[in-house]
Amino acid sequence: MKPARFQYCDPETLDEALRLLAEHGDDAKILAGGQSLMPLLNMRLARPAVLVDLSRVPELAGIRQEGDVLIIGAMTRHREAETSPLVRKCCPLLAEALGHVGHLAIRTRGTIGGSLAHADPAAELPAVAAALEAELVIAGPEGRRAVKPEEFFLTYLMTSLAPGEILAEIHFPVMTARSGWAFREVSRRHGDFALVGVAAQVTLDAAGRVERAAVALTGVGPTPVRAAGAEALLIGREPDPAQLSAACTAVTKEVEPESDLHASGEYRRHLAGALTGEALALAIRRARGEVGV
Amino acid sequence: MTQDNAGERWIGSAVRRFEDLRLLTGRGQFVDDIRLPGALHGAVLRSPHAHARVGAIDVAGALALPGVVAVYTAADLGPADRPLPVMIAHPNQADPATQRPLAKEFVHHVGDPVAFVVAESRYIAEDALDEIAVDYEPLSAVASLEEAVALGAPVAHAGREHNVAGEVSATTGDPGAAFASAYKVLDRELRIHRGCAQPMETRGVAALPGADGALTVWTSTQAPHRVRKVLAETLERSEETVRVISPDVGGAFGMKGNVYPEEVLVACAALRLGRPVRWFEDRREHFLAATQERDQIHRVSVAVDEQGRILALRDHFLHDTGAYVPYGMVVAVNTLYHLHGPYRIPALDLKVTSVYTNKSANAPYRGAGRPQATFILERMMDQIAAELGLDPAEVRRRNLIDPAAMPYDTGLRVAGRGAIIYDSGDYLETLSKALAAIGYDDFQKRQAEARIHGRLLGIGVACYNESSGSGPFEGAKVRVDRNGRIFVYAPTGDSGQGHETTFAQICADVLGVTPDAVQVVTGDTGTLPYGVGTFGTRTAALAGSAVLVASQEVKARALSVAAAVLGRPETELELHAAGVMAPDGRVLPLGRLVDQAPRVPGEGVPGLEATHYFRPEANVWPSGACAAIVEVEPRTGMVRVEQIAFVHDCGVVLNPLTVQGQVEGGVAQGIAGALFEELRYDEQGQLLTTTFMDYLMPTAMEVAPIRHDHVVCPSPHNPLGVKGAGESGVIPVAPAIAQAIEDALGGRMRVDRVPVRPEEVWQALAAGEVGS
Repeated sequence: MKPARFQYCDPETLDEALRLLAEHGDDAKILAGGQSLMPLLNMRLARPAVLVDLSRVPELAGIRQEGDVLIIGAMTRHREAETSPLVRKCCPLLAEALGHVGHLAIRTRGTIGGSLAHADPAAELPAVAAALEAELVIAGPEGRRAVKPEEFFLTYLMTSLAPGEILAEIHFPVMTARSGWAFREVSRRHGDFALVGVAAQVTLDAAGRVERAAVALTGVGPTPVRAAGAEALLIGREPDPAQLSAACTAVTKEVEPESDLHASGEYRRHLAGALTGEALALAIRRARGEVGV
Repeated sequence: MTQDNAGERWIGSAVRRFEDLRLLTGRGQFVDDIRLPGALHGAVLRSPHAHARVGAIDVAGALALPGVVAVYTAADLGPADRPLPVMIAHPNQADPATQRPLAKEFVHHVGDPVAFVVAESRYIAEDALDEIAVDYEPLSAVASLEEAVALGAPVAHAGREHNVAGEVSATTGDPGAAFASAYKVLDRELRIHRGCAQPMETRGVAALPGADGALTVWTSTQAPHRVRKVLAETLERSEETVRVISPDVGGAFGMKGNVYPEEVLVACAALRLGRPVRWFEDRREHFLAATQERDQIHRVSVAVDEQGRILALRDHFLHDTGAYVPYGMVVAVNTLYHLHGPYRIPALDLKVTSVYTNKSANAPYRGAGRPQATFILERMMDQIAAELGLDPAEVRRRNLIDPAAMPYDTGLRVAGRGAIIYDSGDYLETLSKALAAIGYDDFQKRQAEARIHGRLLGIGVACYNESSGSGPFEGAKVRVDRNGRIFVYAPTGDSGQGHETTFAQICADVLGVTPDAVQVVTGDTGTLPYGVGTFGTRTAALAGSAVLVASQEVKARALSVAAAVLGRPETELELHAAGVMAPDGRVLPLGRLVDQAPRVPGEGVPGLEATHYFRPEANVWPSGACAAIVEVEPRTGMVRVEQIAFVHDCGVVLNPLTVQGQVEGGVAQGIAGALFEELRYDEQGQLLTTTFMDYLMPTAMEVAPIRHDHVVCPSPHNPLGVKGAGESGVIPVAPAIAQAIEDALGGRMRVDRVPVRPEEVWQALAAGEVGS
């Protein structure tokens, strides 16, 4: 289990990284933590001629707040974001979801951008990005562009990143007042990719009615799936158990999970509904201030 | 007078393992740590097909790569191109199919070796694998037991008429009459998954050819003497010119008791090239190429009376032996004769049909057929309880063999195995201690209270006994050097059992020293000419007894030399840590006696040394009882093991810490087999679970707290009274968890197969509306 021969480049600036990608085109692959790519290389399922390691590009890492946006550099390690007080304050859904990413050793190496660009629909972060409607800021030869999650995630392990482009930053909206969040998932073992995961965030208005509801699921489709039907059922109303139950039923109707080695589509559909119920209930209680972090 | 009571001091004490400092600080010496300057690296080209005819193999592209030194196919192996021998042949198995070092004409499972590349680095060797072109003509593959025995099924070995690899039957009593007169007859079909050992250290081999033609091989094995024998045979050389060393081994679990193609390939290449060659297995190869186990389908019936006592048991079962039978019928026959278990069963009608499929060979993995038998018996015990409205523990009590009946002849006589006679055990006491440890009597109350809060708790219990300590022999040499340091050479391979510690304890008791004065050297054929290996829970009983007797012989020699030197009768002398002491206070340290020995007139070793081979008169029978509490999550069907209680009788306990380690590790593998680990193949015989993402080995988070206790019924069959603990923990866990799940669901689910998938539990919950 040794990788095929490749050339290793470790640029120190984003421009240099972009230049290397331009030079090598399809032959190059970006290394951004390596928690998915290294096994693929070792099993020779991926055989890039050139590996461009972004670990030494300082401008790609870091966490900062600009107004109502939390900006996380793509090369920020999971663990740094997970333990960041700023992330916990501005984007507690992200912090909670990060605790479910693999094991501590994986989170210490893996990066936020690497996980998003890998676009595994079973992973936690794509669902969080979808729920929060984050903006994915992409650097390319012609400058920067920002895309929404629904434009970014195309299908299994496929994004709209063009060859030569680098995911540079992720802009998460800072959570507003009267909001609550929850991330719930079910996995066979601690640290596994979840069979199904749910990222939920709810914002109430001053009267306690749902102003915004976002539910995004992992493991039920080729991309993270927003449960628009379930969200619509909640908006504009004061949430009650009947409505939550209706939202869960709606989720089970709007997802089309496939069967694989670990679970049938039918079981995943059930889990999607059950977890949505749990996640929404907790998110609403948090929005009402009934429970803390 | 010698100190007869000195023997009580170290055996049985919780001596911390001498191995641990080395292993826990990264200073272990595993095969991959053996430095061999100038060594070449091997890589194996493996079949991508489950069954295919192998045509032309073009290696020119591989040979052309810079850094590639050699590429071997079957045609290049000379005398080594032959089927590997069967480790333990069975009389009912004519024409057993075994693997060849490299496939010739046919491949029989995905991962079967086809070519061997030797290169300057593993990277280059793997590059070269990509450049080898093989003409395969794919053949129909047999991917499941059902398929293998179906009418008109394809054959797993082209050229054979059917897939049956062997059959063994055994009968006791009058099963027909018992079934005819029974109060009730219960039938069931039960299945046990295919699983495999996953040691932290995968397999690995390194070979060093010597200038004098001798060959030294380091291999991660449990049985260095077996490897030496096979290498000598296949390489057509004397065993005296082959030395096999099993250094630190990072887990083996029976899987490394086999002799593998790669051991032959590495040795063969090293001799051909006159350079050291090494090969290390990667995890994917391990999934595809190491042996696997379990995988049986049982159709079982029990006849019971009104009291729930078993009158007869009939079980005709299928065993998926994979493509090859390196261990003959050992696993299948082990299951067969463990179906009597710790119970009185007056009539048995047993038959196993071992069946070839196109999968990796089925060969012993911790338990080696025993967990299957225990799963069957214990599931039937639970069914009896359910059908008769009895408490599951009470059903067991009514059927367990009374301790006064020991030794107990089951009446079973099994081809290739002989008479099945239990030597010792108190199964009732073992069960009652396990029930007490888990709080069995209070559990129903706890369960009812939890149910009020929507929590589903369940309890299960299982009993077992196991044959262990099998022959034919195992040896040990004890030697004292001139500094008085004591060396024990016990060539059985150690793969984490702690032989360096427990053997030192045995020797220390005899020679009146502390265990740290004894250095134990294991796993080297250079130290003793004969050996078998560590497997089947046999090392404590056999090698341990050999260490004891050899130590006693050294002690006798020390006293005899001292008596001559001091001019006193032996009966006046005592052996202490300082040496042999005379009544007048004179002390002769052991090192001095080594110097004196050659000068003592008469016969005897010119030093202090003794070798003993212990040959047991019969197998010994450890036993145990396990109780499990699980919690089922009502919305998802996920099962969490809350706690396990395990009471074990391994006879005399050499070291409670090492026994605890064995039991706990076994329990972890039992939990794995009950809830997680499953090798899954598709219809073409492709293994779908080749990484730890898909093969769900439990982590520490999934393994429950374990309460552990002992019952001590010494075996009469060896001088230590030990019975062994190696396989213990894994054996009864699956049925205990299966019953606990059924109990948690209030009887609305029947667990007929393991591992139990959460989805199955959810389906049962959804159908029964339990807990809603």
